[in-house]
Amino acid sequence: MKRRDFLYLTGMGTTAAMLSAIPGMGRPIAPERALETVDVALKKQMADVALNAARAKGATYTDVRIGRYLNQFVITREDKVQNIVNTESYGLGVRVVAQGSWGFAATDKLDKDSIAKAAELAVAIAKENSRLLTEPVQLAPQKGYGEVSWKAPIEKNAFEVPIKEKVDLLLGVNAEAMKGGADYINSFLFMVNEQKYFASTDGSYIDQDIHRIWPTFFITKIDAATGKFETRNALSAPMGMGYEYLYARPQDKIQGVTTLYKGRYDMLEDARAGAKQAGEKIKAKSVEPGKYDLILDPSHLWLTIHESTGHPTELDRVLGYEANFAGTSFLTLDKWESKKFNYGSKLVNIVADKTQVGSLGAVGYDDEGVKCGQWDVIKDGTLVSYQAIRDQAHILGLPASQGCCYADNWSSVQFQRMANISLQAGKEKKSIDDLIKGVQKGIYIIGDGSFSIDQQRYNFQFGGQLYYEIKDGKIAGPLKDVAYQSNTQEFWNSCVGIADQSDYRLGGSFFDGKGQPQQVSAVSHGSSTTRFNGVNVINTSRKIG
Amino acid sequence: MPLLTQDEAQALLKKVLSYSKADECEINLTGTITGNIRYARNSVSTSGGISTNTLVVSSAYGKKLGVATINEFDDASLEKVVRRAEELAQLAPENPEFVSFLGPQKYAEPVMFVPATAAITPKQRADAVAQSLQVAKDTKTVAAGFMEDTTTMNAMMNSKGLFAYNTSTGVNFSITMRTEDGKGSGYATRGYNDFTKLDTKKASQIAADKGLKSATARAIEPGKYTVILEPAAAAVLLENIFFGLDARQADEGRSFLSQPGGKTRLGEKLVDERVNMYSDPLNPELPTSTWAGDGRPQEKVSWIEKGVIKNLTYSRYWAEKKGVKAIPGPDGVIMEGGTKSLEELIKGTKKGILVTRLWYIRPVDPQTLLLTGLTRDGTFYIENGEIKFPIKNFRFNESPVIMLNNLEELGKVERTVSVESNVNYLIPPMKIRDFTFSSLSDAV
Repeated sequence: MKRRDFLYLTGMGTTAAMLSAIPGMGRPIAPERALETVDVALKKQMADVALNAARAKGATYTDVRIGRYLNQFVITREDKVQNIVNTESYGLGVRVVAQGSWGFAATDKLDKDSIAKAAELAVAIAKENSRLLTEPVQLAPQKGYGEVSWKAPIEKNAFEVPIKEKVDLLLGVNAEAMKGGADYINSFLFMVNEQKYFASTDGSYIDQDIHRIWPTFFITKIDAATGKFETRNALSAPMGMGYEYLYARPQDKIQGVTTLYKGRYDMLEDARAGAKQAGEKIKAKSVEPGKYDLILDPSHLWLTIHESTGHPTELDRVLGYEANFAGTSFLTLDKWESKKFNYGSKLVNIVADKTQVGSLGAVGYDDEGVKCGQWDVIKDGTLVSYQAIRDQAHILGLPASQGCCYADNWSSVQFQRMANISLQAGKEKKSIDDLIKGVQKGIYIIGDGSFSIDQQRYNFQFGGQLYYEIKDGKIAGPLKDVAYQSNTQEFWNSCVGIADQSDYRLGGSFFDGKGQPQQVSAVSHGSSTTRFNGVNVINTSRKIG
Repeated sequence: MPLLTQDEAQALLKKVLSYSKADECEINLTGTITGNIRYARNSVSTSGGISTNTLVVSSAYGKKLGVATINEFDDASLEKVVRRAEELAQLAPENPEFVSFLGPQKYAEPVMFVPATAAITPKQRADAVAQSLQVAKDTKTVAAGFMEDTTTMNAMMNSKGLFAYNTSTGVNFSITMRTEDGKGSGYATRGYNDFTKLDTKKASQIAADKGLKSATARAIEPGKYTVILEPAAAAVLLENIFFGLDARQADEGRSFLSQPGGKTRLGEKLVDERVNMYSDPLNPELPTSTWAGDGRPQEKVSWIEKGVIKNLTYSRYWAEKKGVKAIPGPDGVIMEGGTKSLEELIKGTKKGILVTRLWYIRPVDPQTLLLTGLTRDGTFYIENGEIKFPIKNFRFNESPVIMLNNLEELGKVERTVSVESNVNYLIPPMKIRDFTFSSLSDAV
């Protein structure tokens, strides 16, 4: 499900029944159920049933994922709680290689007979499809880890925090916004806990506990005289953290034209600022189209990184596995093989990292039992690697998978998903102000907005939340109707300055869509504030009568 | 567990309801069996089968609602889930917008279920894909495609006497055929309730033909052009109008249908008078559910008639507040067309661009419904009624409202699938003047 679909649903007044009908969202449960866990010994027993059943039917490789996916949504608008939903999705998915082909089946009936039947169905599907293969599945070797576990290093389990505290927070946020002149505000808390168990014929039994949180809001301000309206969305980031993300501290704030947040988030303060800024946007100057130097805040740049670096370096896209849906990639294998493909300027260093603390994509092991790590993707502006999984590693001559396999649910087949992909901070001491000072004619963009990119990741268009004109090294005032268009290689080669590590922050996507049937994944993208020269800016205002 | 018959579902829901002690209780039961097969690089990549059953209990005390769910169907579990929903309701804050559950309703007999689709086997899926792969082999193209079939049972019952039941089937297929050198790409998509209507070979031939013909595309300047949008391209733009028909958003002043001073565009002419859009759950080419998720009947509704906004969708709460009929959102939309085929539309075009498909559609400005996105998988230049040459893809910035005011001609309606939402529609190909392409893309 795409984020906008979810927002569309909530805009229509989502009911618990509707949420439960969304694949992967699971079914509603009582809040306290989220604190229960499934006994690891029982999970091992269930996994062994599937492994043995698949082997007996002729599978040459089998992996089993037993997943308990917990979600909590607290949804409010103005002075009302619209919905509080706790969902649980619990079941088992089994993936096999038989006669050289993949097969997959899943069941939410976890008795021995149903598990064995699912494993047998996966083998039957694999065998049926083997006649359609051009070459058999080739898996990178993977050692078995035995019985291991990994837990996200959170300070406060969000599911332990009373609902009342969450409701009070959101209603408080709404009250601040309304007091500040907002006409409407919708605020949300999304919390996710993935309790995942993986077992395979390689001899791994891996138990993992993953947490994610996303507090956000959407403020609308209407000009009664003209009927024009403007919106301002939260400047929060979805994070791989517990409830501690909402316990803001002074040291986590960066002061400037608006307060920016680093690793902790002050939702009340942001709502106050948001209401004021939504009003300012109505009165703001409409942008003159043309070339501008852009100063992009991490709260905005994460999405540009995601679309123009994260996706085109996914090896399945490069190879054509996503050709029918998400598309392919301009970063073809020959460019990587040349070892000199110029992706961006020398300042551009982009790292893939599945272990970054607090990130959405951090796990100990991926969904095919590979221990996770980090690696360079773009080094000094040159393409040096991709993101690969076990059945692709041999294509890059890698001895092992890079650990990028993920499924969004027990009922979904795992496949290549994006690692956290981040632009490294500048090596020289440089602040946001230092970057702005050097710009004659530019725009400072904060927050993510509209986003679109072509199916090979060349041409893109992005908007934001807040736009400030820069004239002669100073902020001259707010702008509106801004979007910039560029081409990936051109854009990253126009990168001329990156603030230092002290400004480094994570942004991210809670609902990144890919695959058929479509699956979502959550992934973070870090950067410091960055300058790009001579980017084409368009004006997005129109009239419809 | 196999999908329950109407009698079995009714008996189960009655039993669950018998445990209720709340002021009101409503139960929703859903069972789904899906199968899919995905292929790329002329070879099958992933394939699976998934079966799920879910029972949702909603219990209300006054305006306090609690919801709980299970997927176990023994008596003890059924009673437990009702108790759980009641406990949650007693703990919940009052929701001033809660509207009491509906009483008994009359529904038309749904026509969404086709036994042939419900009976699909892994072999039939593989056979359908084998036909597509044969086309790739014959045309020396590279195939990537996806087929997914779904069989669903939905039932609901509440303490006010409402009971609803339906079953449905569906199969969606999409195929992309690229040239071996990666310089050309073509696409086709099909959606049906009846699997026997799906011709994967024919759809793959169309995609391969487009892929081969789109190789070595030329770049032409971005700007305003007359375009012919094939149904798959039109659908992803028009559905933004369908998704935006919510009355509350319009009344609150934050939609493209809002007017200054709390007014809306309901009853006003918004687009060309040849535009007629409606939904009809009993349309034989696009049957949908005869009841909405909250039990409201789904009936034939005109949304845009002769260019005028005729109806908006309402939640039951907002309809009560406004004193109007609570019309639920549609599950599928039909746009009336003309009599010309796509070929005839092309023949009648002096200069224009044929667009097979649009991609990565995102809203830019909700006030004007301005969208951005790109052409993809088969974009061709038309001159004097003929396709002259393939052209490079464009990014567009356009509002479907402006687009429907620049309507030149409509072709014959056909069923298509939105690549953005997976929703099926009946939509004609359409010729539009002054469609705004804002930049070029090198993507193939």
